[in-house]
Parts: sequence; C-alpha cells; structure tokens
Amino acid sequence: MFAYIVRRILMTVPVMTLVAIIVFMLLHLSPGDPAAIMAGDNATIDQIAAIRAKLGFDQPLWKQFALWCFALIQGDLGNSLFWGDPVIVLIGQRAEPTISLALTTISFAVVVAVSLGVVAAANPGTWIDRSVMGFAVMGFSLPVFVVGYILIFVFAIDLRWLPVQGYTRISEGIGPWLHNLVLPSLALGMAYVALIARIARAAMLEVLSEDYIRTGKAKGVAARPLLLRHALKNAAVPIVTVIGIGVALLIGGVVITETVFNIPGVGRLVVDAISRRDYPIVQGVIMIFAGIYVLVNLLVDLSYTLFDPRIRY
Amino acid sequence: MTARDLAIFARRNPTIVAGAAILAFMTVIAIFAPFIAGDPRHMNPVNRLLPPSAAFWFGTDGLGRDIFARCVYGARISLIVGISVASASVAIGLAIGLAAGYFRRLDNAIMRLMDGFMAIPAILLAIAMVSLNRATVAIVIVAIIIPEVPRVVRLVRSVVLSTREQPFIEAAISGGGRSLKIVLRHILPSTIPPLIVQATYVTASAILIEAGLSFLGAGVPPETPTWGNMIASSRLLLARAPWTIFFPGLCLALVVLAVNLLGDGLRDRLDPRLSRRM
Repeated sequence: MFAYIVRRILMTVPVMTLVAIIVFMLLHLSPGDPAAIMAGDNATIDQIAAIRAKLGFDQPLWKQFALWCFALIQGDLGNSLFWGDPVIVLIGQRAEPTISLALTTISFAVVVAVSLGVVAAANPGTWIDRSVMGFAVMGFSLPVFVVGYILIFVFAIDLRWLPVQGYTRISEGIGPWLHNLVLPSLALGMAYVALIARIARAAMLEVLSEDYIRTGKAKGVAARPLLLRHALKNAAVPIVTVIGIGVALLIGGVVITETVFNIPGVGRLVVDAISRRDYPIVQGVIMIFAGIYVLVNLLVDLSYTLFDPRIRY
Repeated sequence: MTARDLAIFARRNPTIVAGAAILAFMTVIAIFAPFIAGDPRHMNPVNRLLPPSAAFWFGTDGLGRDIFARCVYGARISLIVGISVASASVAIGLAIGLAAGYFRRLDNAIMRLMDGFMAIPAILLAIAMVSLNRATVAIVIVAIIIPEVPRVVRLVRSVVLSTREQPFIEAAISGGGRSLKIVLRHILPSTIPPLIVQATYVTASAILIEAGLSFLGAGVPPETPTWGNMIASSRLLLARAPWTIFFPGLCLALVVLAVNLLGDGLRDRLDPRLSRRM
C-alpha cells in the first residue's frame, strides 16, 4: 500500500514536467517575437529589447527552460510584467475568492448530483428518472455565462433576493460571504451537477442489478439502507472518479464565472493578464490550475481503497 | 426509405430526429444568412436598445444593430468551429490512438503526453494560444483542437486495447498479416461507432469553448458577430435590455442541446450495451 502511494505520487512528476514543457513551448513556438507581443502594438524597439533582456529571451532556449524550471521547483513563477510583483504573490492575494467559489460549488454539486442520481436509479423509467436525465442534458448544454446571466436577471434584478455581483471576504462574516456565492456557485455547478448525476445514476443502476441487492431485498433490508448503505457504497468508485475528472470542467468554468459575477479571483487575474499580454501570470496560473487538477486526481485514485476494500495496491 | 419508415424511425429515435432537425435548420440559416437577415454590422444610433418588434424580431443592441441579423451570422462561427474541431480532432485522435493502442512501445510515451495535455484546462490552453497569435477563426479552431485531441486518443486506445485481445486478431497475426493491414482492416472498424458518438460531444464542447473565448474577448476578431461576443458586449445592459443577452444565449443553448441530443440518441443506437446504463 505504502509503496503504491509513493509510486502514484511519483507518477505525477512526469505529468507536471510535461505540463511545464507545454506551457513553456506555447510561448516560444508561437510565430513572432514573444517580447514584441508582450510589449504591445505601440512599443518602441528599446522597450522590446528591455523585455527581452528582463525575461532572458536572449539566452538559448534550453537554458531559458532550465532556468524557468529551476525557479518553478522553488515556487518562483516569475514576476508580472504589469504589476512587477511576483506572480505567486498575486495569485495568493486572489486565491480566497476562487477557493471559496470552488469549494461551495463542489460541496453543493456533489450532494445534489448524487441525490439526483440515486433517486433516478431507484425509480428507473419513471417521470422522476426522465426529468433527472432531461435536466442532465440541459445542464450540459447551457454555457456557464448564459446560466449566470439568467440567474442574475431572475434572482438579483427581478426578485432582488441576492446581490448582482461582487465578493465579500469570509472574514466579514459567513452570512454575507455565502450570500454573494449562491448565484456564482449555482451557475458554475450546473454542468458539474449534470455530469456527476449522469454517472451516479449509471453506476447505481449497474449495482442495483447485482444479485446481492436482490438477496438483501429478499431478506428484508429496508429500502433506504439498501439503497444508501449497500448500493451507493459500491457505486462510489465511478462517482468519485468523475468528481475528479470534472474538476477540469470546474476550473475552466471558474475563469468565466468570475468574469460574469465580477469576483476578484485567480480567474479574473488571468483574464486581465491576457488582455495586458502579461504572459508570466498566464503561465503561472496554468501551472497552478494544472497542479490542482493532478493533485485532485491523485487523491481520487488513493481514495478508492476507502470505498472498495477489494482494491489493494 | 418511405415516409412511413421515416415516421417509425422518428418515433423510435426521438432524440436523434429532434437534434438533427434543429441542427439542419440552423445550418440552413447559417448558409443562407445574407438572404434571411440584414447587415449584422450596420449601426444606427436612432434604433438603440429597441425591444423585439416586427421590424427587429430580436430587438437591437446598444449600438442600434439588429440582434436577429447578428444571431443569424453568429450561427456561422459556432457551426464552422464545431464541425472543423470535431472532424480534425477525430482524425488526429484516431491516428494517434491506433498507434498507441497497437504498438505497445509507443503506448506509454503517448499516453503520458496526453495526460499532460488533459491536466491543462481546455479554455486556458486555448486562451493562451489565441492571445499569443493574431486572433483569427483558424487560430481559434487550432487552439480548441489541441485540448480535444487527448479525449479522442483515450477513447480510441481503449477500444483498440480490448479489440486486440479478440481471437480474430490473433488469427490475423498468426496468418502473417502486416501490422498496418491488421490495424486498418480489423481494428479500425470497431472504433467507428464510439467515435461517431464522441464526435458529437467534441462538437458540443468546441462550440461551448468558442463561445467562452469570445465572451472573454480572446476569440475571433470582435467585428465578427458571434453569440459569445454579443453577450459580452451587452453584459452591462442586462437590466435595461435583457433581450440583448437572452437571444444569443438561447441560440447557443439550442445548438449545443441539439448536438447533445443527437449524440445521446446515436449512442443508444450504436452501443445498446451502454444505453441501458447511461
């Protein structure tokens, strides 16, 4: 078991190395002079030369990559061209809203989606099942920003129940903090709920057709414990897997959701950085998001043994 | 096929027919846009923010442009991006997936590379690529193809891995067939049905990513009307003129929904084993 965990953690090293190579090459393989692109359309030759020297673009490519990787390992993502501050500090300052949004979304989405999936699988073919599946297809088809604006229009502008946009820090109280996060989490969670509910239903249907469920029913296990304790636990592996894979969907959605609801998080940071061609920030945020994705999926893999003791590494 | 056969097919496969009908309708509109709608770029300050009416079916935006015309032309970008990304990523993904699944030596290297691409959120990778290049439709398409390819590769590889264990492949190998011939003649056909289904999901995802890029201002040039940049340019008008956001949003949702319905229907038909579960 311990050996497996170590091996599984070591497996993330090549993946992250590849991510680093991709992110690095993205800048250097694009046509044109990256320094000129970053400097913008109105830059003078001196300004371009200054950026080139500052970022080390005058060095050979392998040396640039080696220096960049060496800094990366030490947690140094370089400095922002616009702000001048270290990228890691800028990301740190904007981490709270993004983490809050991600955690509230994941918690509500997982609870809602698994419940929907279980209820649908327990009543296959009925109107309940059909409406859950219909909702799943809808949730998958609506873009985050369209859902966001519909929610803002109905609940903030028309009914005036919730704020239109903005973010309140958690240190100013849980109530106001949550108040601002309701609509963004709903908008962001829509596709995630649809994805998980679909897999949860499929996994539950599979388990419910097993012999031991029929045995349980025959010996008189009540419907609820049968569904939740005997069936759901055995359907957990595919559900947890899709929760992990769906994090990619969620991260992409965060960038758009923060723009819709004007939340000053990491997503906003990267969108603003793009319009300013502040490439070190873009690289840094991609590295951090990819790292989170890899980490979440590592935890998902390791969690399998909790749900299924037959899985031994 | 007679009309009666068609009616039976429609009754048995309502999702395929509904999805295909919406898509066909949208495609016709996109192709014949100049005959259906007026100039999508014509600005007229006198007509600013008019609600939907007989003259302007979907109303007008903050610059007095006809939203109906912009929605009609916006269909072009969404459909072109969706279809090009789907066909290119299926073709590239199929080639790489067959190689990874059949030639064991390549498998590990290719799959690790795909893991690397999959770890980067698709929209961020696309944003980064577009922002570094001159934003054109072609660049946007390439920027969306790259994150979509690994998903196709994984699917093709898994089908190849299960097919190559079948006795008929063993027979072909012992019969002395060349690798290339075995792959193309005996393994390739079994990847086609799941690939058709996957192609629809890639199309849906590509349309959503393009809309997201346009919305964030990292998509095709802003003078080209797209559903995403229409919503972005009207976002401060939500309270005053909700139709400026509602109609492009509706078009976008309708097209993606149609593609997803088509995909679900095709999956039920092409893979009956899966359909019972999903």
